[in-house]
Amino acid sequence: MELDVLQSIWFFIWGLLWAVFFMTDGFDLGIGALLPFLGKSDSDRRMMINAIGPLWDGNEVWLITAGGVTFAAFPKVYAVMFSSLYTPLLLILFGLIFRGVSFEFRSKVESIAWRNFWDACIFAGSIAPAILFGVAFANIFQGLPMDQNGYHGSLIYLLNPYGLLGGALFLMLFLVHGALWLSIRTSGPLHDRGMSAGGNLWLGLLVVAVVFLIATWFSTSLYSNYLSHPILFAVPLICVLSLVCVKFFLMKKDALKAWLASCLTIVSATFFCIIGLFPNMLPSIPDAAYSLTASNASASQLTLTIMLVIVLIFIPVVIGYQLWAYHLFSDKLSTHDLAEDEAY
Amino acid sequence: MDVVLLSRMQFAAATMFHFLFVPLTLGLSVMVAYMETKYARTGDETYLSMTRFWGKLFLINFAVGIVTGITLEFQFGTNWSRYSEFVGDIFGSLLAIEASTSFFLESTLIGVWVFGWKKLSRKAHAAVMWLVAFAGTLSSLWILLANGWMQHPVGYTMRNGRAELESFMTVITNPFGLLEFLHTVSGAYVLSAFFVMGVSAWHLLKKQNMDFFTRSFKIALVFGLVSSLFVAAIGDTHGVHVAQTQPAKLAAMESHWETKTHAPLHLFAIPDEKNERNSVEFGSIPGVLSFLGYHDVDAEVRGLRDFPADERPPVLLTFISFRVMVGLGTLFILLTVYGIFKRNRLADSPNYLKLMLFSIPLPYVAIELGWVLAEVGRQPWIVYGLMRTPSAVSPIAAPQVLFSLIAFIAVYGLLGALGFYLMLANAKKGPVTASQ
Repeated sequence: MELDVLQSIWFFIWGLLWAVFFMTDGFDLGIGALLPFLGKSDSDRRMMINAIGPLWDGNEVWLITAGGVTFAAFPKVYAVMFSSLYTPLLLILFGLIFRGVSFEFRSKVESIAWRNFWDACIFAGSIAPAILFGVAFANIFQGLPMDQNGYHGSLIYLLNPYGLLGGALFLMLFLVHGALWLSIRTSGPLHDRGMSAGGNLWLGLLVVAVVFLIATWFSTSLYSNYLSHPILFAVPLICVLSLVCVKFFLMKKDALKAWLASCLTIVSATFFCIIGLFPNMLPSIPDAAYSLTASNASASQLTLTIMLVIVLIFIPVVIGYQLWAYHLFSDKLSTHDLAEDEAY
Repeated sequence: MDVVLLSRMQFAAATMFHFLFVPLTLGLSVMVAYMETKYARTGDETYLSMTRFWGKLFLINFAVGIVTGITLEFQFGTNWSRYSEFVGDIFGSLLAIEASTSFFLESTLIGVWVFGWKKLSRKAHAAVMWLVAFAGTLSSLWILLANGWMQHPVGYTMRNGRAELESFMTVITNPFGLLEFLHTVSGAYVLSAFFVMGVSAWHLLKKQNMDFFTRSFKIALVFGLVSSLFVAAIGDTHGVHVAQTQPAKLAAMESHWETKTHAPLHLFAIPDEKNERNSVEFGSIPGVLSFLGYHDVDAEVRGLRDFPADERPPVLLTFISFRVMVGLGTLFILLTVYGIFKRNRLADSPNYLKLMLFSIPLPYVAIELGWVLAEVGRQPWIVYGLMRTPSAVSPIAAPQVLFSLIAFIAVYGLLGALGFYLMLANAKKGPVTASQ
């Protein structure tokens, strides 16, 4: 295969991995961020954690794979992206570390203070990564202050208005997504709270999404690919339609379909940005000459070819057994499940 | 302090901490899968409570291991960006393959195992644990092939200012990585066996759940004996390979300064790096180092003085790590062989049980020192012969790294302490028996 074709394929695999990570771990992060608001009692909170208990770990690996694939297919992007976004990335990772051990540790000791501590960690370890992923990606869409000497920015710089808007968008997407998943897996008052939170948060998401789409016009050049190929506007259109479907299914009290629509919203929103970015991966603000693109940052042709074969074989296998796990653990939880020795 | 030193400290802290949990994950998953298979086949409830008891300890350990592994995947980018650019074509691929072929399987199925007791048949549930164990081991194969490439780069060509892949097959059959894999995994099995024996010994000394812990002890004993013999045999082969591929590391391992034939092994020595000699050495056995390195007592072994000073690893740390690791490895064989003779009289051997209880930390020390030897002994290179460590670091500011290093130590210290506390509490609590 020609090198430039390979590079383009890899660019979209890279985008797809991030999209799937946001779609899967997004609802875990959302439920974690909703924990103090929807979990009124210890058993409510345990129910919320056990709703994602069997799945969050496998979901998180999409992040590891996105990172690994960036390293393999676009080494220069991996090097510049993570050393430039040093502090936000480490904050995300520390957040995810605390979230992960909290699930396992929380219910192992019968003490209110112990459990409150881990609940706080789950909350912080979910909301901080949700926002920071948005901040980081919005800054990438906007372009990073990079020149021949590398990156010149700081955490404070990244917290610019468009960056913060990206953070708000990701948070709202994940909150809605989490509330819907919670409704799928619970019944009774917790289910009702999930549904009504989903409805209220949806309105907030709609507002943030509209502002984001408008701000993107002014702050980034993501629309230029769309203007030159108007057919591509189908992608943001799908995003808007699926967002409307979320509300439609919420009103019909169908949590599963609303959640599936929310999955499509997240994936198409990610692809709206990824398509707009193409072929840039890390655009430079002062001068496009310093931008990292799919062609100037990629691995060798041989590596791209071999990795493509591996990914085409194994990612469908992964999706297969993850679907099986989702199939096993999409039923409604009961208090009986919380009595299990292994439950979180 | 400069960025290189801070970044090295951070990487060492993060890796060594992560590696406190990985070996037990690798070995205990195999033993738990074995116990559960026995239960699925025989229906014997003791095996079920064994699966649950050891499974719970496995999961606490697994949780800390898995979350601390995530930072490692990204630290190459955050702190070693020049290295990442230089090796991404090969090293990055191995990490990506690890994630997509093994880490996904392990992480997805662990959730199924924990929450799937009622949803799967006994046999299917046991099979899930075997797959978790398999995925963990496969994971370590890819990671160690990646490390093996840093130790002994093969299958590459220098192009566009970086190491580009030339032969994928050569990279994934790199003998250095394969030997590291066999040595590390069998070392992990030894550690897990000693963990199970030590915890069992504590309960046997307290005369509680005798049947349960005698059976656990015996399973671990056989596992431990086979593994400790295997780890030593592979270690020997690995040593010969190091002699060929990294002669400076071999010389530092033995604090061997002068090139000579019939090179001796010193039972005791104190390296004096400044004066390029050993300030104290005695108990020298001629020819043993030649034999260890080349399986030939006459072989010539290059001394450290014959390497330029800027191509020598830190001698003292390499030397001590090797010595202690080998000494402990020998002890593990003795302890398990002795255990085989005592296996039917465990309850009447309190001294042996106490010994095994206090031996729990020893394989941890051995396996960590093994990594110190591998990594410190490779210095000053990050990729042996190709790239020096100082030229690999990210162009970032030192205060940023200092801040993150402090955060790593604080967070990992807290997690380590709490994880240890929970392991201890659950290990002491003992099994939940079927009648309860």
